Order: sequence, then structure tokens, then C-alpha cells
Amino acid sequence: MSRFAVVAGLFALTALAFLGGCGKPQFSDAEKKTIASLALNTLPSLKPDTTNQYADLPAAAALGSTLFFDGGMSRDGNVSCSTCHKIGRQFQDDLPQAVGVARTNRRTMPLAGVARNAWFFWDGRRDSLWAQALTPLENPLEQAGNRAAFAHYIKKRFGERYERIFGPLPDLSTVPANASPLGTDAEKAAWNAMPAGQQEDVNRVYANIGKAIAAFERSIEPGQTRFDRFAIDLATGAKPEGDAAFSPEEILGLKLFIGKASCVTCHNGPRFTDNSFHNTGVPPVDGLPLDRGRVDAVAQVEADPFNCLGAFRDGDESACKELRFMVKDGPQIMRAYKTPSLRGAADRPPYMHAGQFATLDEVVAHYSKAPLAIEGVSEVHPLDLSERERAALVAFLKTLSD
Amino acid sequence: MASVWRYILAGLGLAALLVGILAAIYLMSPQSASGPDLSRSKKTMNGLFVASFEPERGVVRQGELQSWLLTLKTAAGAPVEGAAIAVSGGMPQHDHGLPTSPQATDYLGDGRYRIDGVKFTMSGWWQLHFGISAAAGSDSVVFNIVL
Repeated sequence: MSRFAVVAGLFALTALAFLGGCGKPQFSDAEKKTIASLALNTLPSLKPDTTNQYADLPAAAALGSTLFFDGGMSRDGNVSCSTCHKIGRQFQDDLPQAVGVARTNRRTMPLAGVARNAWFFWDGRRDSLWAQALTPLENPLEQAGNRAAFAHYIKKRFGERYERIFGPLPDLSTVPANASPLGTDAEKAAWNAMPAGQQEDVNRVYANIGKAIAAFERSIEPGQTRFDRFAIDLATGAKPEGDAAFSPEEILGLKLFIGKASCVTCHNGPRFTDNSFHNTGVPPVDGLPLDRGRVDAVAQVEADPFNCLGAFRDGDESACKELRFMVKDGPQIMRAYKTPSLRGAADRPPYMHAGQFATLDEVVAHYSKAPLAIEGVSEVHPLDLSERERAALVAFLKTLSD
Repeated sequence: MASVWRYILAGLGLAALLVGILAAIYLMSPQSASGPDLSRSKKTMNGLFVASFEPERGVVRQGELQSWLLTLKTAAGAPVEGAAIAVSGGMPQHDHGLPTSPQATDYLGDGRYRIDGVKFTMSGWWQLHFGISAAAGSDSVVFNIVL
């Protein structure tokens, strides 16, 4: 009798172990589906940007590339887009807050896949890549220039190239050397003294500068990673070989990412972003100006004369639905920031919109703990991940960089 | 004394067997079918209208701005014209609202209203609430969409 009981018990325990572990496939069908949806091969081809008729014109991209790396596109002649968007560093600068002419209050965003965004900057205060490109040019902390000076500079340095793409430059002979509606008091006064037609001419040249830079930036796309090779093998049923094979820790991290830790809720799709804005309780940085994220960006994008509904958009208004149907108020946009792509993230600390966290371990610890937001409501709930689980998530995130 | 151990062992064995069987049933059973009501056509809260809600192009695509059609009929089946429609919604399990502000943009005739600017940015359970005011009165309806 006792022997029978022991045998029965052992048998049952073995069966349980088999059912619960060894016999179970590594990923469920639902998990496989989610993993496949994150792989780079599901990234659709880049859609045309109808608001920028020069977006896919090689000559515009070439001029845009020249302007992107040209220090002359700044007040002091030393700051270009590439000062912060460094080509060898995923087009970012490794600093907690970008430094142009002076230190800004935000982390430089990398540019891979940037043309796929609906909103630009951490708070989405611009609604097109070309409108975005114009903003640092006049920001006193970044390139610190002014649009009249940029128009003169373009005519002097790149007049012929410009005219081959955009047609004849306007007569700038009576345009002040420095003038902008956003500049210093003197620049504002100079701008306000300009006839409306002349302001429009300068704005047109300025918009075209943005359109050329955007045409160049459209070529910056994310590259395949170890994760993508693993995901493709998983989807096709092939056994991942070489670096496509994941360690048990990386597999645990991936399972947590798409499961218990719910990272995939916002970091979804082949770019690992939902292109939306969320308050995740990231603390402000001492000493920086008040920063409330999306809630303050709404008015800025609406007021931007270069937004999709403005006079400088090419194509028709049907391209402006993101702006037309944007969420303008409500608690959910208080201290909400854009979900960043996680591709390449492991190689570009620090993290968050003002470089609040120095390491991925700190990022994962933040989401595990989920502190309350200082203003607004954090959408994140505590996960209470173990040390092993947090390390596994970091290990998985690194597969998006290799 | 020995007989007590015998009973304990037998009990343990049977318990383990039972757990094993339950685990097997749990692991092999299909995902539970219960969840929010996913019907795309239903009576409004107070029964004033029958509302149907469908993506205009037939398929729901996560992460894309899409237009949907809200069709309103009276309980007798007559199309509801001139309705004022307020749209709201969100994800009940995440305590957040919609990522866009969809609006009724066009009346297409036959009780059909275009609801444009709908975007679902993540998988999961979404809700769209419609506040409807028409000649027959005001009513509301909630549609559940699970991606």
C-alpha cells in the first residue's frame, strides 16, 4: 500500500512537472504573434509625406544633408543639427540635456525612423518632420538663428542649389539682416516692420529649409538587430543559430517584456513605440524650468504657422488628421511624453526626456516601482519585479542594440 | 504509527495527482471566451435608438488613424437624421482615455455618421462612448473593441 502511494505520488509529480515545464513550448502562440509584430520585417515601407512635395527628391535630400551638418546654420556659426544629432551616435549626443548654443532642458532624440513619427519632440509640439527641423534653428538655446538671416545665408551659400529644387528665391535686398517673430526684441521689431508679403517670402524660404532637411532625415532608418533575427527564426520555425539564439535570461526578459511587465503595451510594433504620449511618473530634474510635457505642447503646435493646417503645407488638408483630431486637454496629457523607440536604446544612455536615468537598470527599476507622478496621473502600476527579472529585461533590451 | 504515514503518503499522492489533472485541464482548455460584449450593433442605453459601429474600410488597424461609421436607427428601424454626437472613450483597464479626439465629421445619409480620427495605439480592451441627441431624445451607447 505505502509503495503504491509513493509510486502514485511520484508519477503525479512527474506528470505535473512535465505539464508545467519541460513539455511546454518556449512561447505560446499568442506570445509568438506579439514577438512577430515587433520584428523589423513588419515595418511597412515609408509613406510619402504629402505635406512636403520635396520629401523624396534626391536633390532636396542632398541639400538637406549639407544643411544638417553645416555649422553656418546658427547664430555663432558653430552649431548644426549634427551638433546634437551625431551621425556616429545614432544621431543623438549621449547627454542628459542637449547643448547647442547653451544647455537645453531636454534629451536629444535619436533619428532612426524619425520620418515615421506623427509628432515630434518629446512633447509633440510639432506635427511634421519639416516643421520640427525649423524649431531648433531659432531656439535661443540651440542654433539661435533667425529666419531672415537664414534666408540671406541660403541665398549667399546655396542659392543655385536652392533654386534648382524650389524655384527662384524672392528678392531679399530689403529684408533686414536679422528678423524673426520669435527672436530678440530687435529681431521681433525688425520682423514686425516688414511688409506682410516679405514676411511670407522669408517664411517660404524658411519652410523650404525644413523640407530639405526633412528629405535628408527620411533616409535615416533603424537597422536589423539580434532580436529581429531571433524573431524571424521563431516565426518561421527555424532554430535560431549563432547570435540569433537567445540566452535563457534574454528569453525570460522577452517574456516579461510582452507579458507580466506590460512594456509592450506602449512599446509596440516594429519601432517599439505607440507614437503616443504617456505620463509614466518620471520625476522632473532639479534646476530645469517647469516642464509639463504634452499639455503645454498642444497650444504650441496649434500656434505654429508651419503646422499642417498652415499656409506652407503642400498637398491637401486630408494629411492633417493627427493635428485635427489631437487630444487638447484632459488629465492624461499632463506631464505626458512620447513613447520613445527602444531600438538601439541600450547603447544610448541616459534615458527619459531630460536624461533622468543613467542606466537601463534605473529605467527598469523605475517602472517596477512605479512612483506616483508629481503632477498628473502616472499610467504605470507597480510590477514588483525581482532582481533577476529586472536583469532579464535589461538583457532583452540589449538584444535591440546588437 | 506506520499506518498514519501510509495515509499521509497516500493523501499526498492523491493530492499531487489531482493537482496534475487540474493543471492538465487548465493548460489544455482554450482561452476563456467571456469578456466584454463585442457586438457591433446594439440598442442604446435607454432603448431610444439602435446603433451600429463599424470601421469604414472594414478592418481595424492598430496605430492608424481610421474613420468608422456609426449608424443610428430608431427602434422601428427608421434612420435617425440630424443627430448631435459626442464621442469619448478609453481603455478601462489602463485608466486612460483615447489617444485622439474622434469626431462625427459627416452625415452620409440613411442614418450613417462618419466618426473620423479614431486610433487604437495598443492592443487590449478599448471602449467608445457615444452621446447621441436627436429629435427622439438623448441617449448613449458604449461599444467595446478588443485588439
